[in-house]
Amino acid sequence: MNNLLSVENLSKSFGALRASDGIGFDVGEGETHAVIGPNGAGKTTLISQLAGNLRPDAGSIRFAGEDITRLSAPRRSRKGLARSFQITSVFPEFTALDNVALAVQAQAGHSFRFWRPAQQDSRLTDPASRVLSEVGLTERQHILAANLSHGEHRQLEVAMALATRPRLLLLDEPMAGMGIEESQRMIALLGALKRRLTIILVEHDMDAVFRLADRISVLVYGRIIATDTPEKIRANEEVRRAYLGEDA
Amino acid sequence: MNWALVFEQLLNGLQYGVTLFLMAAGLTLVFGIMNLVNLAHGSLYMVGAYLAVAATQWTGSYLAGLALGLVGTLLVGMAVEVIALRTLYERDHLDQVLATFGLILFFNELVAMIWGRAALFASGPAWLSGHIELFTGSRYPLYRLVIILIGFLTALILWYVVARTRLGMLIRAGASNRTMVAALGTNIRLLYTVVFGFGAALAGLAGILAGPIYNVQPGMGELILIQVFVVIVIGGIGSIRGALVGAIIVGVVDTLGRAFLKPLLGTLISLPAAESAGPALASMLIYLLMAVVLAVKPAGIFGSRN
Amino acid sequence: MKKKIAFWAVLVAALILLPPLVLAVKQPYYVDLVRRIMILAIAAISLDLILGYGGLVSFGHAAYLGVGAYAVGILAFYGVASGWAHFAVAIGASALVALAIGAVSIRTSGIYFIMITLAFTQMLYYLGISLAEFGGDDGMRIKTRSRFPLVDLGDPVTAYYVAFVLMLLSAFIVSRIVNSRFGMALRACKSNDARARALGFSPYPVRLIAFVIAGGLCGLSGALYANHTNYITPSLMSWLQSGELMFMVILGGMGTTAGPVLGAFALLLAEEVLKGFTEYWQVILGPLLVLSVIFFRHGLAGIFSRHE
Repeated sequence: MNNLLSVENLSKSFGALRASDGIGFDVGEGETHAVIGPNGAGKTTLISQLAGNLRPDAGSIRFAGEDITRLSAPRRSRKGLARSFQITSVFPEFTALDNVALAVQAQAGHSFRFWRPAQQDSRLTDPASRVLSEVGLTERQHILAANLSHGEHRQLEVAMALATRPRLLLLDEPMAGMGIEESQRMIALLGALKRRLTIILVEHDMDAVFRLADRISVLVYGRIIATDTPEKIRANEEVRRAYLGEDA
Repeated sequence: MNWALVFEQLLNGLQYGVTLFLMAAGLTLVFGIMNLVNLAHGSLYMVGAYLAVAATQWTGSYLAGLALGLVGTLLVGMAVEVIALRTLYERDHLDQVLATFGLILFFNELVAMIWGRAALFASGPAWLSGHIELFTGSRYPLYRLVIILIGFLTALILWYVVARTRLGMLIRAGASNRTMVAALGTNIRLLYTVVFGFGAALAGLAGILAGPIYNVQPGMGELILIQVFVVIVIGGIGSIRGALVGAIIVGVVDTLGRAFLKPLLGTLISLPAAESAGPALASMLIYLLMAVVLAVKPAGIFGSRN
Repeated sequence: MKKKIAFWAVLVAALILLPPLVLAVKQPYYVDLVRRIMILAIAAISLDLILGYGGLVSFGHAAYLGVGAYAVGILAFYGVASGWAHFAVAIGASALVALAIGAVSIRTSGIYFIMITLAFTQMLYYLGISLAEFGGDDGMRIKTRSRFPLVDLGDPVTAYYVAFVLMLLSAFIVSRIVNSRFGMALRACKSNDARARALGFSPYPVRLIAFVIAGGLCGLSGALYANHTNYITPSLMSWLQSGELMFMVILGGMGTTAGPVLGAFALLLAEEVLKGFTEYWQVILGPLLVLSVIFFRHGLAGIFSRHE
């Protein structure tokens, strides 16, 4: 059993709303695990709890054998658990390169250096450039993040998460708001990352999900109703009912 | 232990607390509903005091002076809102702080230009100048007791308006969702102007009542405003209940501290040391209290993390 | 970039040439005036570090001016005249006070932070007033200036050039800090706090350290101020003084190297001009400040950088 992440009985309520209701699943090392579900199922709440932005009411999260349930987001990040955001969340006044360099710096530590200019520090800019070329943003690396297109923002999101050299990558709707061409590029990018990292992918884009996922968990009203391989999920009656009206 | 003295100071603390509440209620309302930090709130306190003094001299009647002072402050408040503050609702707090800071400078100098920099003499009405006999046997100024009563009465009226009237409902709704209330057809601009004027009138009332007790001079608003901030931070921003509780606590702690800390210290350490440490510590007391409250409840007693 | 270099070149040249020119026309007052502006520019530079780059709206920054000034005053009172001692204590004490205030305040954010920094400064102000041996409300005279070998701070022109050099040095040091790894972390936390945390930055220690550095640098400004006026009062620590510092930073342009210097000159020269017109100059300055906030968002240094 080589589980990188184990979630057990995770629960979170907002008043009367049970956003997470006893969620449990495992993700093996090197696996790409998709989490799908209708709107309002509680996917972002789940990701936030996994990343450390939200405290669960009950349940536990184990990462690489360690209980991280009480760990803060910065500490989880330093342990190798990185997250991208559903709504683009970058540093708008900095260039794409600076954004990724910041991610590298956060992971490398040594943030208490007060004199040498960070933008000329090759220990930050070289890895940042490499990651940017992986996601295909090399030509745009000196553009201010605020001036990038939406698709480029999503690419930057993934780049920043990648730059922290995570063991587990939590991707919250990386394809949100993308056109067809951009989506294809993102799918290719994620496909290239598959074996190097463990990925948890929350997505609505079923094309991406079925092409990338090794296993899929289906989240409905805060509960996981099925965890299985893509083909079995496709054939699952309960899942089809939950998705009535949506194409699968 | 002179209990009569303690009780008297307790009453003084309540009276000061009530003054703080009148200011805090307006400030916290404006912040809670319009998300506006208004540093010039103290200027409205000052304007109230000055207008009342001028009106009393002009008409010869204290009550007429009070009424005119209140109306005047209400009008000044609404004018300030329409002219200067409207553009600031959408801005961040830093901009609001700086702009209202500019208003403070303006009002302080304006008042000095008209009435001079020296403190004005303000007196309460003759029919309130007597003393009342307390159960402890000592006498207490009637005027101060009346202030305490007015303060609690105002708190009651405020509670009634906010909790039981349509206006109050609009206020509460506006506090949680501005755009929605506007979309429902309420004239949001008018609502804001009214709320701001209301807050201004409360500050003016505080100034008018406090005039005879403290000094009426340029800059009097800023002296009390910082303590009002402490009240709001302790009570929780946006909460009128918090404003009342916070104000009473701050008023009583500050007054009792100033009165008794020096002698109290004198029993523990040498007298000359207490002579200097006493007043210094007393003036720092409420800020230490604020730090303690924040350590335990960062959003204040009745505040909510927004 | 060219504009920036041109600006600094002109400024440096003008400031170097000012004393001889002004003394030649027998107007020594301007040496004192510009010296005072440069000393306060150092305070503005320190505030820009935490406000412009860190996003910490500290309304209590003048406290460190007071701590620095009173450090000199109190040491002089007790007969200590060594300039090294004066300045070391001024900077050290300010940094310590900043550590204490920052440790509590930085746990909060937004409007709470503004109010708390304001309240703590006021507390120091009252402390200053109640210390009767040091003049209390009336303030105190500085018994002896800070004595340094070779440099006589009592000579107006020497003190002018000392302030000038220290102002340039402060601007340079702060610009190095904000471009270092530490500075980038600080700026990232301001730009997007949630993202910074998600990446692994811990905002609290970063902000606290910036706060302490800013406090210490402002303490230096306070020590210079005490030597400049040789009479200090607690009003140096009042929130009105803090507000003035904030305006210098905003007016000049937050988050820029030139901004605080430009803002200090602009604001204080404007005050000088207005004071010449009327005793009630604040009645004009107040509305001007209000208008500048409403209309003039990016400050004067905005002409140097491209904005969104």
